[in-house]
Parts: sequence; structure tokens; C-alpha cells
Amino acid sequence: MERKIRVVLAKPGLDGHDRGLKVVATAMRDAGFEVIYLGLRQTPAMIAEAAIQEDADAIGLSILSGAHMTLFPRTRQLLAEKGAEHILLFGGGIIPKEDMGDLAKAGVGRLFGPGTPTAEIIAYLKQAVPGRRKEAPVV
Amino acid sequence: MSLLEKFFAGDVQALSSLITEVESRSDGCQAIVAAIYPRTGRACKLGITGPPGAGKSSLVDRFAGELAAESRRVGIIAVDPTSPFSGGAFLGDRVRMRSLAGNENVYIRSMASRGAQGGLSVATFDACLVLDAFGKDWIIMETVGVGQIELDVAQHADTVVVALSPESGDSIQASKAGLMEIGDVFVVNKADREGATNLVTQLNMTLEVRRKNEPWSYPVLATVATTGQGVAELGQAVRRHREFLGRHDRLAVRRKTQLKSQLRKILEDRIRATVSRRFHSDPDWDKLADRVYLKQETPYGAADRILAAWRS
Repeated sequence: MERKIRVVLAKPGLDGHDRGLKVVATAMRDAGFEVIYLGLRQTPAMIAEAAIQEDADAIGLSILSGAHMTLFPRTRQLLAEKGAEHILLFGGGIIPKEDMGDLAKAGVGRLFGPGTPTAEIIAYLKQAVPGRRKEAPVV
Repeated sequence: MSLLEKFFAGDVQALSSLITEVESRSDGCQAIVAAIYPRTGRACKLGITGPPGAGKSSLVDRFAGELAAESRRVGIIAVDPTSPFSGGAFLGDRVRMRSLAGNENVYIRSMASRGAQGGLSVATFDACLVLDAFGKDWIIMETVGVGQIELDVAQHADTVVVALSPESGDSIQASKAGLMEIGDVFVVNKADREGATNLVTQLNMTLEVRRKNEPWSYPVLATVATTGQGVAELGQAVRRHREFLGRHDRLAVRRKTQLKSQLRKILEDRIRATVSRRFHSDPDWDKLADRVYLKQETPYGAADRILAAWRS
């Protein structure tokens, strides 16, 4: 059995609009990914913990609340603290262009705005995920 | 450090990586099981199954929370179906297990059924071994009870809880799904809804025969997972079953049955893999197909020849 791309999807913080994220989740399932859907009102700590337990390749956060400059770096930081730098952090939502540069510098992957075709997100993950994992030998 | 060294040092990421290895049936799978096997057998394995929407994840959320509060270390394997069309999966059990987030006594792993015939079952069994060797006191396997694979997985458990709700149909539906035969403890969840009392009565009637013939009571409990109502009683019933197994060596008998069926599945997987490989690469099979086409042989005769060649 081949290894599947596993993606944790979550909405951190307090905004309750999860329609977009569910569309993305469905598109990923249809692309053959395994999506671990966490849902609403997640904290960065909950998300990082879930991603490690699930051995996820990537975490996608949907943020429409304006809290992206806090939530993305905090999640990235928690992953680093837990030694899980290999997990790709990307996202989507309402994120101004000028913030995108800063987030990229903070180690956040691509951020997709409203109206992005889901195929673009899938293509990005298929290209960005392989090779990130630094796997220790089993034995 | 190797993954196994990290695993034995208690590294959660190594635990996650090893589960991925056994789940994807990687080359390292057999070595992993060999390394951890001596440290397994201690954990209590609980299976929970039932139709979609019965409230299994919510019940697991409550029950695991209770165990964790008693300082028990809990590992949860939550299985959701793989899409037969894309091979992908939408794994949503964590949504209902919110209260367990951040609980250091609880580890949750979502697994997709991956549509493999015996594969999931074998992989889940191995994932249980990994959690067991990591030192989990309880392993809870949650599956959607709608197919043979799910029933198989439930049978890896020492104790099987079947969760139903008034919406999931009557006891006839549960019988058709094979659920009445595999449960040790039965739960009617969403018991605050109409029809719950009726379903409890039906289940009790259906279970009467089993109760008469076997020394276990097959309790039927009413719960409301969202409020926690009845969850303590469910916990007690599960523990009572555990004690029941502990008496008269029943646990050993059950474990041996689990291992024997695991052995069978491993063999089936291997034979299936061999057949599939030969199908694509063995020129003799093409020749046999030619013979069958020319009516020099029946399809059964050709299969007999292949089997005879394997035996020698």
C-alpha cells in the first residue's frame, strides 16, 4: 500500500465560517488525500498536537478573522518546539498581500485567497509535500 | 537514533511514524512488529462500532476522558471509510473528540479504511500492537459498522461495544448488519430522543437467547453522550466485562482467537499479493489462459494446475 498524503485541516480562532474549508477538504479527498478534519475553534496547540499524532504531512488553516499574524506564527513555533518542522503549514482566507511576505519569512507556506481553484491547492501540496519528511531509519 | 529507539524512549512522533509504517504496510513493518512484540499484550482493547451517526466518537470522547482522569493512558484508533472513487478520505472523528485535545494521557489516530480487503484489519491490529508496546493501558478502536472490514476490526478487541441510536433503525437493521453477534455491551445513544426506550426493549429481546446460552449478561445501556448521561454506567459495564474475561482464562481464549484470525489475514494478504503479482508477470498463466480459450482446459482445471505447481 502506498503512502498517502495526510493533511490536517482546521479553523483556528473564533471565526465560524467553515464552508470554504469544507470545500477544500472535499477536493482533497477527491484528489486521494487523507484529510483529518478538526473543525472550528481550534487553538494552535490543539492543531500542532493533532498533526503530530496523525503523522500529517501538512496543516492547512483557514483564517478569515484577521488573526492570521498571530495564529500562523504560533502554530509554526509550536511545531518547531515539538521537533515537527517537517510538517508543511499553509493556509487560506482573507490575508492581505503585505502580510503574506512576513508570514512566508516566518516559515509559512502558500496562502490561498478567495476564489482559488481547488486544483491549484492540490497541485501545490503534491509538489511541496514529497521530500519534506526527514525519516529516521526504522531499526 | 532509529525510529524504534526513539519509540522506546517514549517519543510521540516516533509512535506516529511507526503507525504510519504499519498502516502503509511498508517494508519495515515486519521488523517493527518483531521489535515491539515482546512488549505487547498488556493493554485492554476496546472496540466500538455501530452505524454512522450513532454517536460513537462522542461516546469515546467521554469514556476516554474518564479513563484519562484516572491516570490511565489511552490510545484511540478512529477508522473512517476511504472513498472507493478517489482513494482519499475525510476523517472527521476528531471533531467529536474535542474534550480530549491537550490531554497528555490520550493519543488519537485517525485511520482511513483504504478499501483493502483484509489490509485495514491487519494494519489496525499492528497499530494496536504499536500503541500497546508504547505503554497504553487502554486502546479504543472506533469503526463504522457498515461492512465486513469494520466487523473484523471490532473483533480485534477484547470487549466490543455496539452503539446504536433511535435513528439507526430497529434491532432488525442491527441484526442484518451483523452487529448483534459481535457486541458484548450494547448502547442506545441519544436516549433522550423518541424511540429510545422501544429500541432498548427490542435489543433486550434479541439478546435473550445469547444471555441464556452464555455466562455473560450482554447489558443494554441508554446514554446521551452529549451530556454524559449513562456514560459512567457504560464504563462500569466495560470494566465488568473485562473482569469477566479475567476469570476462567476467557481473555486468553479471546486473544488466541484474535491472533489466529490475524494469522489468517496475514496469509490471505500474502497469497493475494502473490496471485496478483503472478497474474501480471507469469507467462505460464498466459499459456494456461490460451489453453482454457481453446477448450483444452476448464478454468477450474487451470486453477488446479497452478495450485499443484505451488504445492510442489
